[in-house]
Amino acid sequence: MGKFAILKLAELCQNSSSHCIARIDTFATKPRIHSFYIAIMSTEALSATEKPVQHVNGITVRLVGDSGDGMQLLGQQLTNTSALLGNDVATFPDFPAEIRAPRGTRAGVSGFQVQFASHEVHTPGDTLDALVAMNPAALVTNLADLVKGGLLIVNEDSFEDKDLKLAKLATSPLEDPSMENYRLIKVPMTRLTKDAVAELGLSAKESDRCKNFFAMGLVYWLYGRNMDATLRFIHGKFGSGKSVIADANEKALRAGWAYGETIEAIGNSYNVAPAKLSPGKYRNIMGNQALAWGLLAAAQRSGKELFYASYPITPASDILHELARYKNFGACTFQAEDEIAAICSAIGAAYGGQMGVTTSSGPGIALKMEAMGLAVMLELPLLIIDVQRGGPSTGLPTKTEQADLLQVMFGRNGEAPLPVLAARSPGDCFEIVQEAWMLATRLMLPVVVLSDGYIANGAEPWPIPDVNQLPPIKIEHPVADTHSSAPFKPYARNELLARPWAIPGTPGLMHRVGGIEKEDGTGNISYDPENHQKMVHIRAQKVANAAKLLPPQQVHGPQSGELLVLSWGGTYGACLTAVEQAQKAGRSVAHAHIRYLNPFPSNLGEILSRYEKVLIPELNMGQLRMLIRSRYLVDAVGFNKIKGKPFTVTELVEKIFELSTSPTRESAVRSGK
Amino acid sequence: MSTALPLLKPDDFASDQDVRWCPGCGDYSILAQMKKVLPEIGIPPEQTVFISGIGCSSRFPYYVNTYGVHSIHGRAPAVATGLKLSRPDLSVWVITGDGDALSIGGNHFIHLLRRNVDLNIVLFNNRIYGLTKGQYSPTSVEGQITKSTPMGVVDHPLNPISIAIGAEATFIARSVDSNIKHLASVLKRAAAHRGTSFVEVYQNCNVFNDGAFSYAQDKATRDDATIELEHGKPMIFGKNRDKGIRLNGFSMEVVELGDGKVREDDLLFHDEQADSALVYLLSRMRHPQFPEPIGVFRDVASATFEEAVRGQIDDAVAQRGKGDLHKLFHSGDTWTVGV
Repeated sequence: MGKFAILKLAELCQNSSSHCIARIDTFATKPRIHSFYIAIMSTEALSATEKPVQHVNGITVRLVGDSGDGMQLLGQQLTNTSALLGNDVATFPDFPAEIRAPRGTRAGVSGFQVQFASHEVHTPGDTLDALVAMNPAALVTNLADLVKGGLLIVNEDSFEDKDLKLAKLATSPLEDPSMENYRLIKVPMTRLTKDAVAELGLSAKESDRCKNFFAMGLVYWLYGRNMDATLRFIHGKFGSGKSVIADANEKALRAGWAYGETIEAIGNSYNVAPAKLSPGKYRNIMGNQALAWGLLAAAQRSGKELFYASYPITPASDILHELARYKNFGACTFQAEDEIAAICSAIGAAYGGQMGVTTSSGPGIALKMEAMGLAVMLELPLLIIDVQRGGPSTGLPTKTEQADLLQVMFGRNGEAPLPVLAARSPGDCFEIVQEAWMLATRLMLPVVVLSDGYIANGAEPWPIPDVNQLPPIKIEHPVADTHSSAPFKPYARNELLARPWAIPGTPGLMHRVGGIEKEDGTGNISYDPENHQKMVHIRAQKVANAAKLLPPQQVHGPQSGELLVLSWGGTYGACLTAVEQAQKAGRSVAHAHIRYLNPFPSNLGEILSRYEKVLIPELNMGQLRMLIRSRYLVDAVGFNKIKGKPFTVTELVEKIFELSTSPTRESAVRSGK
Repeated sequence: MSTALPLLKPDDFASDQDVRWCPGCGDYSILAQMKKVLPEIGIPPEQTVFISGIGCSSRFPYYVNTYGVHSIHGRAPAVATGLKLSRPDLSVWVITGDGDALSIGGNHFIHLLRRNVDLNIVLFNNRIYGLTKGQYSPTSVEGQITKSTPMGVVDHPLNPISIAIGAEATFIARSVDSNIKHLASVLKRAAAHRGTSFVEVYQNCNVFNDGAFSYAQDKATRDDATIELEHGKPMIFGKNRDKGIRLNGFSMEVVELGDGKVREDDLLFHDEQADSALVYLLSRMRHPQFPEPIGVFRDVASATFEEAVRGQIDDAVAQRGKGDLHKLFHSGDTWTVGV
């Protein structure tokens, strides 16, 4: 029986309501696979396997292929499906900056890693339980992360000589002796997919493009994933009903699933039970999406119209795309001619009394700096969101880094401080922009929110908030005092030193603002030395006053002791997981994750003083460490990684172990031995 | 309070700030004409916003008692675009100069024009950087001796009107600081236009580039050195109104009237809605070969940017209903974790 028959049988799975198991003899073209079963089942029963199922607590899988192979789509579907099954999930998409790098080359490898588990997870996982590689370049660039004994699924159709050449390989890695370390499953995905969709009359190119869904089907079988959500996605994206492309993708998906069920080389599938998350309704959410939704919520909760101005830049553009879809929320999105115009138009909107927001990444933020200084001088509320990426200059556009902290803190001319907040996870982006908007409007100043590529493209389950419980943001605009003949003072101060947000259209409150130093109170141009000193102090104190509106710093773990791990931004999950592991191993280590980088929480200095050592892991050369050292005179130790990749838990645990005393040694010291 | 508006006078638009331009600066005249025109436009001061960049001209907002933003160098068009998009109810003016609009802010300038945001730009062109004390600007003429070009400017100057045509501006005009009646009428026309109105004003910097436009300012020469554009009328100029402009192929030419050879009907009749190629030819008319046109080069109707942008928002609300966060959050795939 030829390979074609297998697929015919697999196809029968969809059509037959009967249930039988057919035994098929040697696969003619694949002598290594001697025999296998094909389960023929009704469509309803298709997601039930006849093979043994092994229950595991969590799985980390990475899907790698060409940047045109649809790996990101595959990963997102697997993530969504796993979340819908109740697993906790964390993801790490990793793709090249080029849209279509030369096919088959190492530079063109695009990957998506997802960890799904029956317990809470905060990272996409350090090492892989399974690697799905669509070509040799993808295999060799990712194999190092696969655990010994891990499952390695490859599309063997793409290991021809020409493919090896593109990957700059002399021999096939599949023939390498090191393959014995893995459970290698060679699947002729291209051919099987072609056969699966044969009757639809697609071109060779079109049917080849379905092979990612074949791979997905196999992965779904392997991990007991339900295909419903992905089938809905396929028919939603590629057209409902009679779309040939949609049908082809569905056939490929089902063929992949059936292949898993039939092939003998995979003896069992795996099951990951739902995680015990807090009760409630959940959805899967990505960082940039959560950020966009947070902006919509902030606008609505403050009774403002969102004016969002941006210039396309990786990895922030998805925020623009997302908001542009929601014009019915009154969101005005403006794709400006450049980064400077984007922030300046947002400043214009802020002067007009609306919610001005601009987003970018490092290079764009650098261009916005002069205008950020203007916003500091104008004392207008404004949100500047920096989705950080690898730098300097163009750097690593699609890779993550935390190296813009000092840029947003100090990148402006003159004394121009502003509050800086950093999101810690995809879902956190939703809350943090609302918090930032509250600060901006209460204090009348621009606020920076830091995200990063890892958060922006990452996804996690998100407990859907009750819209009515979102904190309202109260904003007042002054009106003219008809009983007073005193001139309006645009730079009068309230108890937080905020000035009134008087907006055009208000009779009697006409005033001019500008970048020139102004007299306190009147706002008139002033070059007076004493006034300048006073105004510089007022602007600094205003930022410092933000601490009064923000909660104190929390510590996770012992409230004093040997070691405190101090983190910020997107490294939250890895640091938390590492600290928890070290704590379980008996180490005296606590974790504090800083959300408010300027001003620091008012109790931070006191917290730092309670620990013998402070470890600050950062994806930069030590920017927070520099701030902490200079502010608190604490000799903090850095752990710095600048590879465009997030921390692994393992490397953090190793560092924590290095800086903390092992429990046995400690008890030995105590007992005087 | 708009009912009380007819009672407003130019002084009602004067702020309490001392004007700090050099004595004799052409800016004073432009400010005076603006204050004269504002009450006539009929928009109350609280509905009016002046936005500027950096340079001598950009101090303008401080001197008018409206709302105002003195922003950063070159960026006034961007600030104004954001303001007008989010507050279409306001009357917005951009005050800029040749360096501000055409050098550091060149990008924003062309994009403002092509978008056709409903606001007015007044560009004070003095062909010099005044506030930084006398460097050449993008409109300085070739050979001009300035502090930064002691041997003369070698750049070719930009022609603001030509650029505005290239960017497909819907209203383009030019006036002269000292020609106060003309300036006032052009400012009023600009205010009345829906869409971006661009007005170039020849402005004398009596400290760093004195006399740059004397040909267009001095009573003795201006009638021969300029030609007033009037919609639908033949292009006649000269102290004795004895010269005209005729289109000869793809070129303009100056012709003498009254010798029996050239009649008025042979002249070019100015058309504010003419094809932009013809308007471009007008913009290339330079002293001393040609009289330089003043007045309205182009005034065409076109949808404004904010109408289009707000229109999409309105359409989205009409098609999908007003945005509901609860619905949005619960859209797509969700799951419930039980207690």
